Amino acid sequence: MSVWTELVGQDRAVEVLSAAASEPAAMTHAWLITGPPGSGRSVAARAFAAALQDPHDSDGTGHEVRTALAGTHADVTVFATEKVQISIAEARELVGLAQRSPSQGRWRVIIVEDADRMTERTANVLLKAIEEPPPRTVWILCAPSPMDVLVTIRSRCRPVNLRVPPAEAVADLLVRRDGIDPELALTCARAAQSHIGMARRLATHPDARAYREKVLAVPTSIRGVGDAVLAAQTLVEDATEQSKLATTERDAAEKAELLRTLGAEEGARIPPALRAQIRQLEEEQKRRARRSLIDLLDRAMIDLLSFYRDVLLTQLGSDIPLINQAQTQQVQAMAGATAPEQSVHRMQAVGLARTRIAAGAAPLLAVEALTIALRPQG
Amino acid sequence: MPLAPVVLVRGGEGLLVDRTVARLTALVREHDPEAEVTVLEAGAYERGQLEVLTSPSLFGEHRHLIVEGTESASDAFIEDALAHVAAAGSTIEDVTLVIRHEKGTRGKKLLDTIGKAGYPVVTCDQIKRDGEKADFAAAEFSAAGRRATSAAVQALVEALGSDLRELAAGCSQLISDTTGTITPDVVERYYGGRVEATGFRVADAAVAGEQTQAITLLRHALETGVDPVPLVAVLAMKLRTLAKVAATRGRGSAADLGLPPWQVDRARRELRGWTPEGLARAITAVADADAQVKGESRDARYAVERAVLIVASAREG
Repeated sequence: MSVWTELVGQDRAVEVLSAAASEPAAMTHAWLITGPPGSGRSVAARAFAAALQDPHDSDGTGHEVRTALAGTHADVTVFATEKVQISIAEARELVGLAQRSPSQGRWRVIIVEDADRMTERTANVLLKAIEEPPPRTVWILCAPSPMDVLVTIRSRCRPVNLRVPPAEAVADLLVRRDGIDPELALTCARAAQSHIGMARRLATHPDARAYREKVLAVPTSIRGVGDAVLAAQTLVEDATEQSKLATTERDAAEKAELLRTLGAEEGARIPPALRAQIRQLEEEQKRRARRSLIDLLDRAMIDLLSFYRDVLLTQLGSDIPLINQAQTQQVQAMAGATAPEQSVHRMQAVGLARTRIAAGAAPLLAVEALTIALRPQG
Repeated sequence: MPLAPVVLVRGGEGLLVDRTVARLTALVREHDPEAEVTVLEAGAYERGQLEVLTSPSLFGEHRHLIVEGTESASDAFIEDALAHVAAAGSTIEDVTLVIRHEKGTRGKKLLDTIGKAGYPVVTCDQIKRDGEKADFAAAEFSAAGRRATSAAVQALVEALGSDLRELAAGCSQLISDTTGTITPDVVERYYGGRVEATGFRVADAAVAGEQTQAITLLRHALETGVDPVPLVAVLAMKLRTLAKVAATRGRGSAADLGLPPWQVDRARRELRGWTPEGLARAITAVADADAQVKGESRDARYAVERAVLIVASAREG
């Protein structure tokens, strides 16, 4: 097994990256890995970092490679944010880190996942450091598309584009790595539209599958405006519930840990001098919860989009396989009852809701407007 | 009657606190016309200031200290004040200390100590309910020996009720400028056209289809500093309730909505004149406005106004 095993269906990218790792002349100091969500950007970045640390380790069992892949290598920094934006203070820290030479490996590698989550001011802080890093520092930025990062950052990086992996390849990975039943793996890979992480989540979490089915039931269950508003409420409430499940336990553990580090007793009155730090933690947690809710809703929107895509495909008589094979019946019923123009309009409504929620609109209201646009009309 | 050496005035109703403090100062002046009055800001207090100000003076005049902003007091002040409270009444003479504390728990130990020592604590909580505001205005008039009809008091509270200071100023203007019984006509002459506009009243008018009234209220609200974002949120909430109640019409299971019964009843009344299509148009318009006030458009006020107009016109009949 080589370092590239988990990067499925990306032969061209693997070729470029492995050549750069083994051939000094093919190497560059800054890389921008782009590709649709779930295509394995961060996997590619880690694999590349591992290959850089030890290019001769072809079977990926050496210490350097194993630690780099696991994210524990001393010279490989993986920076990801759980908030909506990377803050300027965090960017400055990375700039400082980039100046240090590697302590044990061949390269100091700094991976910035979500490089698109930077405001212009934050990105500007990184400009100089990315343009001329010290001889043995490599920046690897990940973003959905080159257009998502500032043009001045883009021009300083060498682009590597990942494509959407075929569903079969993703299913194959799920079977091989996570021991999922092949049939379920293929269904999940299709439903997740080859988003590897999402496919895995669907395959391993029955709750996630149930939520997805609930979302897909929305188009056929709305009969009028009242139903639409109620359906929107259920969608948002369920998403909130899920994001809470994911964060509550962790929030409490973090708070307990912080109190312990600060020397405050659990349950006792918190001394006034420490309150600012507790408040800061709570604010961070709030931001994280918001991001997680937005992400979940966005995922629900993508599922809805896939449903109308299937409807449109059926209406146009295309023979491309459906994403939602389990919902074939609903898709056909919907395709018969509506016109292709309506499907396009509805897909646009879903797109609008996605943009608005990402831009900070009130989630419930945006979803309400969406479900209203999805109701049967004329 | 001797003056209390320490008085604590708590609460966030600025006007009442000011009046209490002014009354205390007047009492001190009555006791000793030569008294020296000092006002201290607790946030900027430095260690020892209290001792300097309260140490016996050459001419033996009374010293009156007013400390403001204890809710954000420096640590030094709290320590010094605790020492002062412990010594007051026995070793410190001819000094009166008034401590103002608006809200919060900062300096709680000091507040508790003052309370436990048996010194007077005056609490001036914020007046929020309209009924209490009306009582306040009526008391203002009767204190000046004037008569005001209850309708007049009501009209005055509606016009100026957002801030107690404004209300008090309005009362005193009516007392000094008019003669005879104060009637709604008099209030209308002085404060007509001024309305207490909140997001809720704008939304109520819009949902009732009262276009002109809704726009008037909206302009008032925006001029008096209501932010467009909560205005849109209130509109959305109102329409959401309507749509939910409409969904249960005929099925009669409004109890499952998680809404208080009075809201359901009210929504049922307001639903007259609304069609599903109208509701759809209104909710879509409000969602557009929400995105616009959050950056999609440059003019947030225009966005809200447009949404209110669409909502008001979406109701038929």
